[in-house]
Amino acid sequence: MSNKIELTTPLSDEDVEKLNIGDKVYLNGTIYTGRDAAHKRLVDLVSEGKELPFDVKGQVIYYVGPAPAKPGKPIGSAGPTTSYRMDAYAPTLMELGMKGMIGKGNRAPEVIEAMKKYKAVYLGATGGAGALIAKSIKKAEIIAYEDLGPEAIRKLEVENFPVVVVNDTKGNDLYVEGAKKYSKE
Amino acid sequence: MREVNADEITKVVRGLFIESNCTIGDDLLAAYDKGIETDESPIAKEVLMELKENVRIAQEEHSPICQDTGLAVVFVELGQDVHIVGGDFTDAINEGVRQGYKDGYLRKSSCDPFTRKNVGDNTPAIIHLEIVPGEKIKIMAVPKGGGAENMSRVMMLTPSVGMEGVKDFIVNRLKESGSNPCPPTIIGVGIGGTFERTAILAKKALLRKVGVRNPDPFIADAEREVLERINKLGIGPMGYGGTTSCFDVFFEVEPCHIASLPLGVNVQCHASRHMEATI
Repeated sequence: MSNKIELTTPLSDEDVEKLNIGDKVYLNGTIYTGRDAAHKRLVDLVSEGKELPFDVKGQVIYYVGPAPAKPGKPIGSAGPTTSYRMDAYAPTLMELGMKGMIGKGNRAPEVIEAMKKYKAVYLGATGGAGALIAKSIKKAEIIAYEDLGPEAIRKLEVENFPVVVVNDTKGNDLYVEGAKKYSKE
Repeated sequence: MREVNADEITKVVRGLFIESNCTIGDDLLAAYDKGIETDESPIAKEVLMELKENVRIAQEEHSPICQDTGLAVVFVELGQDVHIVGGDFTDAINEGVRQGYKDGYLRKSSCDPFTRKNVGDNTPAIIHLEIVPGEKIKIMAVPKGGGAENMSRVMMLTPSVGMEGVKDFIVNRLKESGSNPCPPTIIGVGIGGTFERTAILAKKALLRKVGVRNPDPFIADAEREVLERINKLGIGPMGYGGTTSCFDVFFEVEPCHIASLPLGVNVQCHASRHMEATI
């Protein structure tokens, strides 16, 4: 693990270009949630030339389908889902200015290539640590696709939301480099 | 003959899914601690400490460890001298799931395979029933998350590949899965039976406690070797690199057809949740 960095959304090219794989980042500000079904709807809107329910420019999308909130809590457990299911949609959103994705698990080469091209990063949240991560989410509000239930798009207000840089804007991949470093095969 | 009311089954299933989602076994917590102590990667240690803290928060707040509270897998050992009254067995279990996922603020993940429309109450439960001697009902609840389940496979191997072929298949499966199944993983392995039986064996193997070996020394050696080989892949916790990629590997073996060598590999995440109760 290299640096510990605090960032506030929306993110600029400069914000993401200084990040390197293995950096621990604490995110503050607004982020949006989206999983498979929501991504499909967003990208369908783009191909129809219609407006998205939120402006993705400079934004970060968190791949999560949270558990229901208990009374008095903003959100239930909220750890990341596996990201490859969003690979088909991610480059389109990066082209529109999305700067970050939060999830877990490997990305396709074309997604990593798009991160280089459009200056965006892929951030890993600790899968399965849903109760811990929920502590850094201060507010949650459904802004689109309520019919999708846990998959609806939510606007989250986060404080010191902990992530690790998995893919940076230079094409590096922590999953590849990390395994290489500790492999004893 | 002992009579058991269907409502009793519903109550137990409801409680098992709520409780099993909010905690993990001491065996697994000890495995987290061992990883924190021994992993060679600083980032790996940090992730494992997060996981430990996560469990502490979940227990304290009585909230789910992971937002993926799974499909509801239920193993039932039904004593043949039990007579269920006041309702249907399957309905009673599904009602327990329905109530547990609602009352426990658990995520409902069950959906139509094609429209992807959420069923809304996390039913139907996946029920594996075994009739056993006696007049008790043992119910084992396994909330099974999707990320790790997607990395699982059934493979009908050629018998000539033998145990070496089995080991290689499992290790390669985990290598290909990389960071996806939320490592450090637990691997349930079914060997033998038929196409469907081997998958059920693999799932049931996940109920074993970390560190408990198959009683057959030949099989136990294979479990140890596969565990060691997976941990040499360097995947590490969450795939960020490290020496703790897998907590344990459990083989369950049964006879198979003379033409076959069925192999089921059921991948489980580090939050291996399961809980049982006896009525």
